[in-house]
Amino acid sequence: MTTAAVPASPARARAVPAASRRPGLPGTLRSELTKIGSVRSTYWTLVAQAVASIAWAVLLCAATASHWAAASARSRAQFNAAGASLGGQVVLGELIIVVLGALVITSEYSTGMISTSLAVMPRRGLLYAAKAIVFAAVSFTISLVTSFAAFCTGQAILAGQHIGATLGQPGVLRAVLLSAAIVTVFGLLAYGTGAVIRHTAGAITAILAVIFVIPALAQALPASWYSDVARWLPGAGALGPIARSAPPLSGHLFSAWGEFGVFSGYALVMLVLGAWSFSRRDA
Amino acid sequence: MIEAQGLSKRYGNKIAVDDLSFSVRPGLVTGFLGPNGAGKTTTIRMILGLDRPTAGSVTVHGQPYAALYSAMREVGALLDARAAHGGRSARAHLRCLAQTNGIPRRRVEEVIGIVGLTEVAGKRAKGFSLGMNQRLGIAAALLGDPDVLVLDEPVNGLDPEGIRWIRLLVKSLAAEGRTVLVSSHLMSEMEHTADHLIVIGRGKLIADCPMAEFIAGATTQATVVRTPEPQRLAAVVTAAGGSLERVSAEDKIIVRGLPVEQVGELAQADGIVLHSLTPARASLEEAFMDLTADSVEYQAETEGRS
Repeated sequence: MTTAAVPASPARARAVPAASRRPGLPGTLRSELTKIGSVRSTYWTLVAQAVASIAWAVLLCAATASHWAAASARSRAQFNAAGASLGGQVVLGELIIVVLGALVITSEYSTGMISTSLAVMPRRGLLYAAKAIVFAAVSFTISLVTSFAAFCTGQAILAGQHIGATLGQPGVLRAVLLSAAIVTVFGLLAYGTGAVIRHTAGAITAILAVIFVIPALAQALPASWYSDVARWLPGAGALGPIARSAPPLSGHLFSAWGEFGVFSGYALVMLVLGAWSFSRRDA
Repeated sequence: MIEAQGLSKRYGNKIAVDDLSFSVRPGLVTGFLGPNGAGKTTTIRMILGLDRPTAGSVTVHGQPYAALYSAMREVGALLDARAAHGGRSARAHLRCLAQTNGIPRRRVEEVIGIVGLTEVAGKRAKGFSLGMNQRLGIAAALLGDPDVLVLDEPVNGLDPEGIRWIRLLVKSLAAEGRTVLVSSHLMSEMEHTADHLIVIGRGKLIADCPMAEFIAGATTQATVVRTPEPQRLAAVVTAAGGSLERVSAEDKIIVRGLPVEQVGELAQADGIVLHSLTPARASLEEAFMDLTADSVEYQAETEGRS
């Protein structure tokens, strides 16, 4: 078949040392880390995510603490200290991270960089995976720090009323970790969508439509139907259980792990569609 | 070495590249010419594995692009001047490319120097002029010190000094034994650079020949003659097998198909008065235009002659 048909290369001094092995994942991961670290959009989306998450924790926990004395028995019973400090991270963090998740890939198309990227690394599946891995790692690291920061800040405020939670209590550490992870999951959902749509505004609009519009439309359904679908709806109430250390308030929702699994499933579907689009379609 | 075999690309029912077969050999600058929309960029994108051919195939060093061992060391490509993220500095852009193929960091600084971007290497590409972007693209193409260079319209947006620089660069790269394919829609850019020409129009191969052959073919024998006795000259020229064309109401005639010496001798033999006798050469640009006239994609409507 294709025997080594490479013609004898001209004898010239090489300015670049020969490849010791075939360029693959390690180099591509380094390259993607350089890419994500060398554009400003990465910094402002991650900073915005952290600020929004912590600010919401401060706001909600301070409001709760100041009204605690007057709160009804029912709202005291429903209150979850972890959920109060992490709800902002889950809901706002998710909205902001989809911008970065989409940009990581759509900016390659909008700037024309994709041609250059694929010309230097024509193994497309590998490039797609490297981008996803680097984005997920960066996003999860920042989200984890944010998650702990929001939790600690919130608990410090709630401690004044002696209603704060500690990481040692059941379900609390899980809530902190899953709140960070769910942000990354939504980011990956956006990444896969970006690979399919290849257009920044288009991809972000599509995801926000799914997160906002579908749950809003679903609320127009008869109550019994809504109860059946609520657990499957991205965004909205189904995110609640993830931030809480206690079981969900609504019996129609899955547990924290269950809801996390649902959204991870959506992200996986989009990642696979994106991979197919990225490797099969013309660049 | 680049080899295309029956390469075709169809978008819907529009055929962008139609059954192209050619080879680009090492040690030469091969000019890839054609009017805008002829399919040059599509062909180059297929060489680089960016677009998938509808039919046929193209290989580099006998392999499909995606199978190359270390793509950057084998092929350097300049695609579009705007093929970098504007928010990234020139240095970061080149670094992220170099890292994929394990190319050392010092080579990044080296190519920045070669293309003359040292002073702006830390600046974001967003503020670059078209010419600076073009230089950045060439730096990227040179990073891996590749055996094959594919440059799509490299002189676009460059000032005269930049154009001269590209010409010298391209020639020296070929002189080192590399395979160099340079596309352009202007013959004048190739005239002093290319050793070999591949001309396409509407996706089809029109010519694939050495530059010298193209020049020889372009210089059809024509003689511009001014004479007060055009009818008599016409008679002898036609009798000798030449053809002629009245240029204007003046006494100017263009004779084709006969060497200039013979035209003079014929006139002398019949005692026809000549005011001037000048050999005319069509310029390469004209020859190129003639060759591709039928295949221009977007042609301005010419005014109807009255």
